[in-house]
Amino acid sequence: MENLGSFAILLAFPVAAYAVAAAITGALKRNRWLEHSSTRAVYSVAILTSIASAVLVMGLMTDDFRMSYVVEHSNRTLPAVYKFAAWWGGQEGSLLLWSWLLACFSAFALWTNRHKNRAIMPYVTAVLMTTQAFFLALNAFVAPPFKMLSAGGGITALEDGRGLNPLLQHPAMAIHPPMLYLGYVGFTVPFAFALAALIRRQGGSGWLAATRRWTLTIWLFQTMGIVLGQLWAYDVLGWGGWWAWDPVENASLLPWITGTAFLHSVMMYEKKGMMKVWNMVLISATFFLCIFGTFVTRSGLISSVHAFSQSSLGRWFVYFMAIGIAVTLFFILDRREYLKSEARLENVLSRESSFLFNNLILLASALAVLWGTLFPLISETFTGQKITVGPPFFNRITVPIGLFLLLLTGVGPLIAWRRTSFESLRRNFQWPFAGMLALMAALFALGVRHGYALMCFGLALFVAWTIFAEFYKGAKAIRARQGGNLLASAIELTHRNTRRYGGYIVHMGIVLMFVGFAGSAFYQNSTAELNVGGRFELGRYSMQLANLSDADNANYASQRAHVEVYKRGGGSRIATLTPERRFYKASEQQTSEVSIRRGLGEDLYLNFAGMSDDGSKAVMQVYIFPLVSWIWIGFIVLVAGTLVCLVPPKFPMQYARTRVVGFSAAKRMAKEAV
Amino acid sequence: MKTYWKFGALIVVIVGTLAWLAAGGISESKTYYVTVSELSQMGEKAQGKRLRVAGDVAPGSIIRTGKEVEFTLTQQGRALKCVYTGTSPLPDTFRDSVQAIADGELGPGNVFRASQIQAKCASKYQAAPGARHPSDIRKADF
Repeated sequence: MENLGSFAILLAFPVAAYAVAAAITGALKRNRWLEHSSTRAVYSVAILTSIASAVLVMGLMTDDFRMSYVVEHSNRTLPAVYKFAAWWGGQEGSLLLWSWLLACFSAFALWTNRHKNRAIMPYVTAVLMTTQAFFLALNAFVAPPFKMLSAGGGITALEDGRGLNPLLQHPAMAIHPPMLYLGYVGFTVPFAFALAALIRRQGGSGWLAATRRWTLTIWLFQTMGIVLGQLWAYDVLGWGGWWAWDPVENASLLPWITGTAFLHSVMMYEKKGMMKVWNMVLISATFFLCIFGTFVTRSGLISSVHAFSQSSLGRWFVYFMAIGIAVTLFFILDRREYLKSEARLENVLSRESSFLFNNLILLASALAVLWGTLFPLISETFTGQKITVGPPFFNRITVPIGLFLLLLTGVGPLIAWRRTSFESLRRNFQWPFAGMLALMAALFALGVRHGYALMCFGLALFVAWTIFAEFYKGAKAIRARQGGNLLASAIELTHRNTRRYGGYIVHMGIVLMFVGFAGSAFYQNSTAELNVGGRFELGRYSMQLANLSDADNANYASQRAHVEVYKRGGGSRIATLTPERRFYKASEQQTSEVSIRRGLGEDLYLNFAGMSDDGSKAVMQVYIFPLVSWIWIGFIVLVAGTLVCLVPPKFPMQYARTRVVGFSAAKRMAKEAV
Repeated sequence: MKTYWKFGALIVVIVGTLAWLAAGGISESKTYYVTVSELSQMGEKAQGKRLRVAGDVAPGSIIRTGKEVEFTLTQQGRALKCVYTGTSPLPDTFRDSVQAIADGELGPGNVFRASQIQAKCASKYQAAPGARHPSDIRKADF
């Protein structure tokens, strides 16, 4: 079996390389046969990597302890879902997952475009398969997943494996890494289309139309991956809460930021033929940041709690990125003629300008996060002294940036294209703005003194107000014409222009998430040592340790504390929390399973830290995290909004170009039409 | 042309503000990353600087007293006494013999006062000599 897996990987590598060569030669010599052949090669790579993946998963599921990967990342008593998840639990397996996903995406992209976009498809194939060949080379030569345990010349098997790292044994493990990988890998496809269009000197927005849904779906996966990671880190101790500015977390955030900027600048490209260079730079940056993210997680380059062990993979990634960036830059510079803007910025107060600033700020924040993440390396290179920067650095930059973006979220969609009069600004924004000031004044009066948090709450109301006003205005107009109730009209309105109103819903989700982020400014904590029956208090809660109980199963032994939670001041019982400590047998590691009472206002978060040194008292750590739930609620709204964006509009309409300025642009469009 | 000047000015203001924030953020949270043996060679220079020290947790050295946790980091024969004074819970992976990273400052008597601790999971697990029960795990272990 394992030979089959190794063989499939070894074969896939030359097949991918052949696909690149055949696609390029076919396109240059206009040889249809070669182009077809390259497409078939892509399908073959998909089949071969599927076989390799299947063999690895089979090994994990059937406890094949001859395979060193299975020994390192699984054991007999591991629940089946984690045996499967061990596929991406280690270096070799997760790189294989990368390869497999990319192969499937490539095959899917080529298949859906088998009758469309033929002019650029060979180059799309070439870009996709170059990336594929790189990862297959890693699978085949640097991190082979099918190493066998050998003793004295023969293959040998162990009795049991060493188990999956207990910290990874969490339901989110089954879904968070694959989601992130879908995001990381998926951006290869729009990048391939963008670069292919540039190579073919296509200045139009054809490739954008071809990849629009794709990009949005991938962005959704990436968002889900990041937020599920936050949820997980919040549930698991020692990962520093829902966001700790850890290098690996940053690495997943970077392509998300540039991807978000790309989703916005795309609109400018389609509607006005502007910001073409931006677009190209943003999608390229997203792709390379995805590779960079994979690289940071794998290479052990920057120390992180999440990183895999140190390895020699780093060099390979550096070469690949250096060559890739050089080639991309060459094409952007060489073909800048085809990326010329078709219209000019006319006014600072215009929709165009709000898009420009949105992009500028997003890109600046990506650069700041990248700078902070790489700072230890940079400082070591130039001063010989390794200097790191921590969360204060990131918070100091990203908090004001976030607030400014939140403001743009409210303002941008409502101001007119080309130019806006102060009169229309006043009409659109006077009430939301007044509401914002009123809320901030009220919160200040109630004793909220945290400046950024105050601004965040105020802006959240401002943006939410403008969004509701948009829906209300549109729905009222429809109701006036068609009758019916307001809700039905709002749904009708959304259905007519799913991209626009879906986008508003996404913005609403972001607003709610920001409310959750701002809540973290007000957290409280306390630690108590208790006998059974002992009481302790925090915030508006009074808690009593009712008893301690033990449990044991094949995978782990555990000790659980039962804590009754009452309202402070002799109130009624409101919950029973059961934080737990586990000792995983195969890996000899312990974990804490915190217990959380979630609420819209605040979360009560209990950790059973252990027994005191004499073994008589339980140590309890209590935290109150205000408004955290709004992060998850906002996330659900965001997912719903993105799904709305993906629904085709009721009346399929061309995304109308407002105006094409100038002779050269018209000529270019005529040329494209040919 | 006038519009472009306006855009230029706005962009300069925004980028400038961000650069200023970044510079401030760096000087505020600048932390020197050193190993235990590098720290012992720094001598006087180490005083008053924000430091991040990496080393292995000496087996049996983790002792909890009240809200503080004492432990010793070792590396290449050098040892550093540390006290954890932070409020966030210590990671589950923080125990004997693991590689840990402590953030803080060198206090009086060359005792390192850590406000934050990260621990890396040991990449190779020991062969299991019979599992322990969690109630045997004392506070000292976390």
